[in-house]
Formats: sequence, structure tokens, C-alpha cells
Amino acid sequence: MFRQPFNWRELDQMRRDMDRMFSESFPRVRRMRAGGFPAINVWTNDAEGAVLTTELPGIKPEDVDISVTGDTLTISGCCKPNEAPELAQYHRRERARGDFDRTVQLPYTVNTDKVEARVEKGVLTVVLPRAEAEKPRQITIKAG
Amino acid sequence: MMTDELQVQKQEVQPAEGVERTRASRVYVPKVDIYSDEQGIVILADMPGVDEKNVDILLEKDVLTISGFVTVNEPEGYEFSYGEYGVGDFRRSFTLMEEIDRDKIEASIENGVLRIYLPKAPEAQARKIAVQAA
Repeated sequence: MFRQPFNWRELDQMRRDMDRMFSESFPRVRRMRAGGFPAINVWTNDAEGAVLTTELPGIKPEDVDISVTGDTLTISGCCKPNEAPELAQYHRRERARGDFDRTVQLPYTVNTDKVEARVEKGVLTVVLPRAEAEKPRQITIKAG
Repeated sequence: MMTDELQVQKQEVQPAEGVERTRASRVYVPKVDIYSDEQGIVILADMPGVDEKNVDILLEKDVLTISGFVTVNEPEGYEFSYGEYGVGDFRRSFTLMEEIDRDKIEASIENGVLRIYLPKAPEAQARKIAVQAA
């Protein structure tokens, strides 16, 4: 029996299909997206590795901890202590605040020495190069 | 009984019937904290990806509209493979119930958070009335 190689995209597609089925059968439930806070976007390149972005407005770089082990990335930190002076009265309070902690499993093992992270205008970007040993190599075919 | 969960996902602006935007990107509603004291009102709006060159604050009559424009920064040579949030512009309007001293409005933006200070016009500031023990 011919077995398809298992890849990350298939699993993700399955998860998306299940999410959709679930939200269609329970339309009134407002589900938090899988994984929790903060929301992430991931770009990949099989030869280079992955780039992950997340939105953390108002959070200073020193308040965020990023750690990488193998193929797992953990982002944690704390955001936005109470800013209002004592006599003030809140009309609305919607912005996220407090501790956050999120662990993400990446599709590749990461070269932890070359990980880079930067924060710009409240957006955190983490560049996660793929471990050297895992990079796909081009194999030349000799004629003969 | 379904309880309401904290609204964590980005909410898109609902456009008016038949009205389109000139720009093609999506528009999101920025989350805000608003508080006030005797002197004025402070609005803090989360607009990640926006800096001072790309934000617009408009006060017309009693409606305050904040807009932030975001340029999408896709890493070159990479393929988008997993997304939990969309990237786009921000826009939100508020009706102000108080008289604002328009000349003294202050606004600043740092780390994607817009802070607007709207001082109340002197006539609108509440007069403190001392209560004596009888």
C-alpha cells in the first residue's frame, strides 16, 4: 500500500476543516482561535526556515521572553499595567493586558544560534532559520 | 447556555450598504481603553503596525474618527503557511458627549498604541462642591 508522506500542511488542513465543521454546527459559540493569545502568522521556506509574526501593541521588547528549543518556540511576557490615574473612570476597557504565554510547534528544527527577533511598531517578528543538518540538499544525477 | 467569551479576534469594520473603500486592504476595529477624569478624556487605541506618519485623527462636530494605515510586510522568498490574524488598516469613530477644548488636543503613538488626550472645555469641567457635615 502506497503511503503518502505526512506533512504539516495536511494536518493544518484537517484542523481547519474541523474548525469549520465545529463553527457551522454551533454558530452561536464565539470560539477563541486555536492556541490562544497572542495570534501568530507564520511564513515558511523549505530551504531557509520560518518567519513568525505576532501583534503585541504597547509591549516593550524587554517585557517579552522568547525561547527556542529544537522545533518549539515559546513566547511569553507581560503587557500594559494599569495606566489610568486613580480618580479616573473607565468608559471602555477592551485592550488585552496581563501575562501571556504561548508555545508554538514549528515545521522544522531550528538553528538556535541564528534566531533573530525584532519589535517594530508593536509587531514582533521572529526569524527562525532551519537547522543546517535538515536543509534539503540538491543531489546531482550523474549520467553514465 | 453559551456564555460570551472575551472577544480576542480582530473585528472587521462593517461597511455601509453599497459603500466601498478606495484602498483594497481590510479594515479592522482597533481595541480601545477610554477613561476620563475631571480634566479630560484619554483614549488608548491598539494599532500594531502604525506609526505617526500613518495615523489620521479627525474631529468633526462631535464625532472623533481615528484611522491607522498599515503596510503589509511580507518576508521575501517565503510562503504564507499559517495565519491566525489578518493585517490591514484600522478605523473607529466615537461620538463625544462632552465639550472638548479642541486647541489643546494631544496625540502620540508609540509601539503601535495611539494615545489621544482630549481636555474638557473649561465650562464643562465639573465644579467641586464641598459637602459639609451637618
